[in-house]
Amino acid sequence: MRRSRFPIAVTALVMAFFYLPVLILVANSFNPARFSSRWQGFSLVWYRRLFESPEIWQALKNTLVIAVSVTAVAAILGTAAAYALHRYGASRLQKVHYTLIYQPLVVPEILMGISLLMAFVAAGVPLGLFTIFLAHVTFCVSFVAMTVLGRLQDFDFSIIEAARDLGASPWQSTRKVLLPVLMPGIVAGALLAFTLSIDDFVITFFVAGPGSTTLPLRIYSMIKYGAPPMINALSTLLLIVTFTAVLASQRLARLKR
Amino acid sequence: MGSDPVLKKRRAEWLVSLPTLVWLTLFVVVPTLLVFAIAFRPANPYGGIGAGWTLETVRSLWTPSNLAIAGRTLWISLLTTAISLVLAVPTGYTIARASARWRNRLLMLVIVPFWTSFLVRVFAWKSLLHPEGLIKKALETLGLVGPEATLLYHPAAVVLVMVYTFLPFTILPIYAAAEKFDLRLVEAARDLGARPFQAFRKVFLPGIRRGVMTAVLVVFIPSLGSYIIPDLVGGPAGEMLGNKIAQRVFTDRNLPHAAALSAVLVLAVLAPLVAVLVLQRKSKRADIVMGEAP
Repeated sequence: MRRSRFPIAVTALVMAFFYLPVLILVANSFNPARFSSRWQGFSLVWYRRLFESPEIWQALKNTLVIAVSVTAVAAILGTAAAYALHRYGASRLQKVHYTLIYQPLVVPEILMGISLLMAFVAAGVPLGLFTIFLAHVTFCVSFVAMTVLGRLQDFDFSIIEAARDLGASPWQSTRKVLLPVLMPGIVAGALLAFTLSIDDFVITFFVAGPGSTTLPLRIYSMIKYGAPPMINALSTLLLIVTFTAVLASQRLARLKR
Repeated sequence: MGSDPVLKKRRAEWLVSLPTLVWLTLFVVVPTLLVFAIAFRPANPYGGIGAGWTLETVRSLWTPSNLAIAGRTLWISLLTTAISLVLAVPTGYTIARASARWRNRLLMLVIVPFWTSFLVRVFAWKSLLHPEGLIKKALETLGLVGPEATLLYHPAAVVLVMVYTFLPFTILPIYAAAEKFDLRLVEAARDLGARPFQAFRKVFLPGIRRGVMTAVLVVFIPSLGSYIIPDLVGGPAGEMLGNKIAQRVFTDRNLPHAAALSAVLVLAVLAPLVAVLVLQRKSKRADIVMGEAP
């Protein structure tokens, strides 16, 4: 009996559909032509223009300041949350906890953006880097918690009890037994939080204020108000950063499984 | 006393749960409730929220143009979901069937676009569909479109880019369900004389229905809230609810109006979520009745 080739053909098409647009974009970042349909040889002119633009450097600085602080806070909060969810999973409190953590993963970004904007306006918090930080932590915590929870799923808590029986204090058993086992999960979650924060546009757009332009906001205004193919170059650089982070996070998540 | 082990465990549980509970209450629960509250407040001329309460905003939602936008948001989301499923089911099936080595490679290929900048991917399409872009030029060379045709700023462009963005999210749950499904059942159906499409429709599809339901949710819900895609490739003819919300905030500076539209979106998002939960509960019960493993 011959197996149908149809599903394989669809899969091949889907993969081409996924990658061709991005590959063409990367190729065009080296194309000095103003419009993408004519190839005029290899050139780094858009990259040079990019590095000469002070707005880009300022946006990069804002993006990194936010991403680093968000990652640190989200990693701690998310890890604690995952531990609580796993250890006390059956209790009613954890059911509420889980629903809350799940929320940012399903709610459309625009709703999160608008509701946070309303909250900041109502509370009189001035919009800027700080409000972006608060918003990013809110959605990153869920992603870190889910990643670490995945790691905890195959953790055997009797090891902790064994450590306690052998005379370790609660703090010692946490630091010397639990944390090392969780570390790959925490780092994977943190890398994820970092890339999500660097990439986020919609939520940032709603809660940003004057002077807190991030890279995605910059890219958006370049797309919207017709800046030249410099965006191709900037996008390529952004792709390299996220690719590296994701590959590293995938490696870590698989480690010692 | 503090030495009671049950009490101690409770206290430890609260201690580790409290930080996220407080954070998410402050930044998810309260803001969502505020959206519903602000929908009933008047706007003030400075772009803020006025004093007192009013039903005016909610009442003013019922306009032909708003209904047209809501209708378009719905059909664009439904079409996106349908096309994504049609592409995701054969892909998920292929990945589940593949050898371990190919399966990992294909899965990686599905996951990578998932993490590449969303804005960058939308921009890639915008430049392809641009009047001077590659696709337009290629179609023109083939004589399929005239030089005057526009591919951008059309609802079809919105659907195309939305499928592109949400397809990875659709493939993963379908793959997860197909991987658990015993594919020999399909072969058995073929051996018993079923044609390939029959075996697919009568055996495979019912077997992965839970994965299909998850896939529907993960495309349909974010589609309803789309904002960047219609904004960048849709133009006025492709505007969706998300664009209206953003316009109320950034152009009209009318927060109560934006809040009222967002409240509608929240309800629209909740409806399919509840529907699938109910369906899943029913299908679980059906499994038990039919003697399948739950």
